[in-house]
Amino acid sequence: MGPIVELKGVTKKFPGVVAMREMGIQIEPGEVHGLIGENGAGKSTLIKVLTGVYQPEEGEIYVQGERQKFHNPQDAQDAGIACVYQELNIIKQLSLTDNIFLNQTIKNNVGLLDYKTMHARATEVLDSMGIKVDVTKQAGLFGMGVLQMVEIAKALLRDAKLIIMDEPTSSLGESEVDQLMRVVRDLRERGVAILFVSHKLEELFELCDRVTVMRDGEHILTEPIETMDNDKLIRAMVGRSVDKQFPKHVGQPGEVALRFDNVTSVGTIKNVSFEARYGEILGFAGLVGAGRTETMRAIFGDLPIDRGTVYLDGKPVKVRTPRDAVSKGIAFVTEDRKGQGLVLNQSIADNLIMSSYKTVAPGGWLQPAKVKEVSDRNIQSLRIKTPDARNLVGKLSGGNQQKVVIGKWMNSASNIFIFDEPTRGIDVGAKVEVYNIMNDLVSQGKCVIMVSSELPEVLGMSDRVIVMRGGEVMAEINRDEPDFNEDDIMKAAWGERKEQ
Amino acid sequence: MNNKRFAGILRALAPLLALVILIVVMTLITPEFATVNNSMNVLRQTAVNGFLAAGMLLTLITAGIDLSVGTNAILSAAAMAFLMVAFGITNPFVLLLMALVTGTVVGFVNGVLLTKLQLPHPFVSTLGMKYVLAGLALFILATRTVSGFPEGVTALGSADLLKGGGFNGFPVSFIAMLVLFVIIHFLLNRTALGRSIYAVGGNPEATRLSGINTDRVLIFVYSAAGFCAALAGIVIVGRSGVANPSAGMSGNYETDAIAACIIGGASFTGGKGTIWGTLIGALMISVIRNGLTLMNAQSDVQFMVIGAVIIIAVAIDVRRNASEEKRRRLAMA
Repeated sequence: MGPIVELKGVTKKFPGVVAMREMGIQIEPGEVHGLIGENGAGKSTLIKVLTGVYQPEEGEIYVQGERQKFHNPQDAQDAGIACVYQELNIIKQLSLTDNIFLNQTIKNNVGLLDYKTMHARATEVLDSMGIKVDVTKQAGLFGMGVLQMVEIAKALLRDAKLIIMDEPTSSLGESEVDQLMRVVRDLRERGVAILFVSHKLEELFELCDRVTVMRDGEHILTEPIETMDNDKLIRAMVGRSVDKQFPKHVGQPGEVALRFDNVTSVGTIKNVSFEARYGEILGFAGLVGAGRTETMRAIFGDLPIDRGTVYLDGKPVKVRTPRDAVSKGIAFVTEDRKGQGLVLNQSIADNLIMSSYKTVAPGGWLQPAKVKEVSDRNIQSLRIKTPDARNLVGKLSGGNQQKVVIGKWMNSASNIFIFDEPTRGIDVGAKVEVYNIMNDLVSQGKCVIMVSSELPEVLGMSDRVIVMRGGEVMAEINRDEPDFNEDDIMKAAWGERKEQ
Repeated sequence: MNNKRFAGILRALAPLLALVILIVVMTLITPEFATVNNSMNVLRQTAVNGFLAAGMLLTLITAGIDLSVGTNAILSAAAMAFLMVAFGITNPFVLLLMALVTGTVVGFVNGVLLTKLQLPHPFVSTLGMKYVLAGLALFILATRTVSGFPEGVTALGSADLLKGGGFNGFPVSFIAMLVLFVIIHFLLNRTALGRSIYAVGGNPEATRLSGINTDRVLIFVYSAAGFCAALAGIVIVGRSGVANPSAGMSGNYETDAIAACIIGGASFTGGKGTIWGTLIGALMISVIRNGLTLMNAQSDVQFMVIGAVIIIAVAIDVRRNASEEKRRRLAMA
């Protein structure tokens, strides 16, 4: 029997970027196939191609030996491919039955919903997975574990041959993980193929038959799991050299600007300690969900600190709100440019002055001359490509929008600059410009803190790196230490605590 | 480039153009419409809606709404009447202050309900407030209509300038409204607070993370809307000579105010709208009402025409935005 799903030379491009290049993979029936790679390695692109969300430019997709073209997610579903996303597609107000049969309801002779049959079938499928619940109850009453089972039940009722699970354990408790593993093994017995995407190596070793590694949008290897170990997998994920796209000026670290002493915010970060100095770039590495952004929010007064002390310039302080943080000279270039950084339907100038009303509007009165001076200066020095500062910021390209966010903070007279994923979704040229801005800030003696999920960026730009995992600091590595390399940082990010 | 600027100006003036066309049409149909005295009537009829719409605009820019402005105006008027009836106070300054404080406090409460109790949308809290205020106005006046206000109070709504020789005079209420509009124009465009109001409407999260106290901005906006409502209440008293506590639930105050803002380019999604657009919107509504009345059309026709104008105005706006978007996409490709 041939593979259930096979990809040959599949390429997906976006304007200016190749998200996936000549990807090939074969998934056998009754196989749990692991898929790993760094953030941005192309895993999500692969999932979206398999589920018909993206249409690839090149390459072929075969399902049970037959060539298929998915024009939309429905096509992929019809071909027997289902996906349990990290964010479950559950409508909490509806019953479990309603959720399972959403979009494929069973009707009786007069065209009304046949709940008797639907309840029975829903119960039957969940029973067969070892889940005993009252399917007439609202989905919102159940925990993530059960809801995930409901998603899997949905796939089974649609007769799925391949079920993709995207980071299925990330939101589960321990006992729920055990349950999921049991169900996955059971599905394997039934001949269903599973594509299991995970950041947790130990799960892959425990569960998978084979594993595929992706990097930079390309297929690196597919091997039986027995032939792999931690080291081999990590090397396959990161193995590449940092080239000269990082115009790093090594900083001259000065006084400590910010110090975290055993800071805990219950449920997000735990006993986090570090120092950030003026005149240096402190990088934060780790996987998505490692608590890096939460640490930044704690610095910025946007996350309550339950235990521990924060010091600014050596003095203990309490930063209660973002407004408080701004007045204390902290700037935060947020990760989500459109959601948190910009007011898209306002002008470039309006966005640039949002954190500096004190200077452009003394006493609350806006000085048009000052606004123009400031915004023209930003546009020139940051090379924001626009004919007029009065244009809407939403009309700029991603890179230029990011420069507006940075410009907003450069106007705020801050001393500590937090950059959270500063180059996400912007093109290579704009990236270099952002790096140069960081260099400028450092040479002006500012303290720069950068969170990045791109390891080359962390290594390329940081003077020192803090590695986080599960809300805790795992390692701190100086630029001149031998551990300042991708392998060792990745090991720490994947849970190997460094001896301190 | 020059063409682009010209197109930009034309777009900004489009609502004004629509108003001019409307006036020309009315004049052609009913010659009476264009007389000086009738024009003054139109302005006189615009004032109340103008005050209410000014406050409404502020809330709409923040992506909110204030459905209590009408009953707040009536309550503010009733508060003055209450002072007269219960305490025999007739000092116009005290009465006016009472009205303004009442309206502003109500607005402040609206703002606090929204920000501190975190009700999901001001539609809910101000809808509730609309009923509460209507009841309160009836309660404090025991449902009676009160007359006999001192001239110092009624002047804002009833006085006319340069009256005489067949000229009925220029309504003070409209001038007062224009003064308020100029103030709001400066507030919105020339103060940090004004820019924060637009920013909150466009993206509250980004605004908060820029170090702006968004709660304070919103509380200010709803308080200001309450203040404007109180001014409208004073004008209502001046025009009718009485405080009628049951007027709040019978008038179309809120819907007229929203209509003026929307015709003038404001949007429920927030971050958009100007006070001059609102002025044009308010004038359009009065022109339609006045012109159709002169044609002996009853309120049935008036309602239908105003409704159609709202829908057409918004439809044109949406089309315009869509075609701009398309042009931009084509330009980028």
